[in-house]
Amino acid sequence: MDDLHRLAQGGDRRALARMLSAIESGDVDVHPLLSTPAASNAWKVMAITGAPGVGKSVLVDAIVQRWARAGHTTALLAVDPSSPRTGGALLGDRVRMTTVDDPELSHRVYVRSVATRKAMGSVPMVVEDMAAYLLSCGWDRVLIETVGAGQSELRCAAVADRIVVVEGPARGDGIQAEKAGLLELADLVLVNKCDIEGAERHAAELSESFALGDEAPDVMLVSGLKSIGVDEAATTMLNLAPSNRSLKAKMRERLHALLERRLTGHPDYNRTLDDLSGGTIDIHEAMVHLLSERHESPGRDDQPR
Amino acid sequence: MDQLLRIVVAKPGLDGHDRGAKVVARALRDAGHEVIYTGLRRTSQQIVDTVRDEDARFLGLSSLSGAHAHLFPQVCQKLIEAGLEDVVVFGGGIIPEDDRPALHEAGVRAIFGPGTPTAEILEFMATASSMNDVGVGQPSDWYWTSNA
Repeated sequence: MDDLHRLAQGGDRRALARMLSAIESGDVDVHPLLSTPAASNAWKVMAITGAPGVGKSVLVDAIVQRWARAGHTTALLAVDPSSPRTGGALLGDRVRMTTVDDPELSHRVYVRSVATRKAMGSVPMVVEDMAAYLLSCGWDRVLIETVGAGQSELRCAAVADRIVVVEGPARGDGIQAEKAGLLELADLVLVNKCDIEGAERHAAELSESFALGDEAPDVMLVSGLKSIGVDEAATTMLNLAPSNRSLKAKMRERLHALLERRLTGHPDYNRTLDDLSGGTIDIHEAMVHLLSERHESPGRDDQPR
Repeated sequence: MDQLLRIVVAKPGLDGHDRGAKVVARALRDAGHEVIYTGLRRTSQQIVDTVRDEDARFLGLSSLSGAHAHLFPQVCQKLIEAGLEDVVVFGGGIIPEDDRPALHEAGVRAIFGPGTPTAEILEFMATASSMNDVGVGQPSDWYWTSNA
């Protein structure tokens, strides 16, 4: 493993991929491997989130391509859901990634598909460790493309420095924009598919809604597919400042995520679920047991490969 | 669930038919594996890069265009050149019986034609993952004999 780590640090992508697998399955504790990052105000980890089908993957591809052309390196962790029934997953985000296939740019882009496995929500917490490792291997920035997420899915806030929410045209009336949730945490909102009717109106409604609060995030109209507004969005995202109004919510998500990780990372987690469903213990006993001893696991106990 | 495997399912070359690849991807998913689907019309190099970056243990190649005799060995060769000799390669599609020995020779460990029950593919995967020397560039001359 030491050899693999050294090779990965030296830029060997096969070694990097294998290290990420080991981190993902909890075989390796990433923290001793990380170098202290140089202090910087620039963001390192950005989450791209939004409802299924709004065009996250196509947009991410277009943005990453602009950054790669400008000489920046980007690692993309593309998250797709695991089946809660079988644990399997079909990871299809690569289908829309063309930048990684461009021989001129491919050395500046790393794409890794990540299944949610046992984790709740749109981003498994182990992604935080994978992102940290990628940064320590010299990648400039990490983008996390979340599972298609609904209104109340805020978990990405726990792992990212910046949050970009992708919206689409005709996503409901003005009241939808007023609802609380994910949009409150956005550092930037991209209304994608701007060539389709309803996009401009939706963007205007979002802007109006934000204007009622303090520290409104920018709302930009883009089309990933038609390359409209993508250059501007790529530049804005690169230099995106954090909105402070989201800080408390981010901390809350971090706390909840840590709790979840302690529960699911406990060696007795699966057995406790069996006991619970078998009726031999009740839910409070289960909770007390899983939180009783101090237990730190770097990840989950699935064993791929 | 036995062992969670990461598997790339790829469509090399100019071939627009992906029903078979999707059926296989779905069956592997339902068996509890993580399947990375590349989408249509990938070059050999793109497929090898994907296998490398995704750290896949298995690669399934699907071709219905007749170009398998050229494309499958090319992918195998590039995997070996990239140091991925331990990746297990299997193929599917319209592959005439006469073409199969050359593909096995190149390192393809199983070939599944139309009508293969997905259970057989899972059986192959379980068998191959229990063996340590059936990667594309490893010396074993073992290959799966399909019943279909």
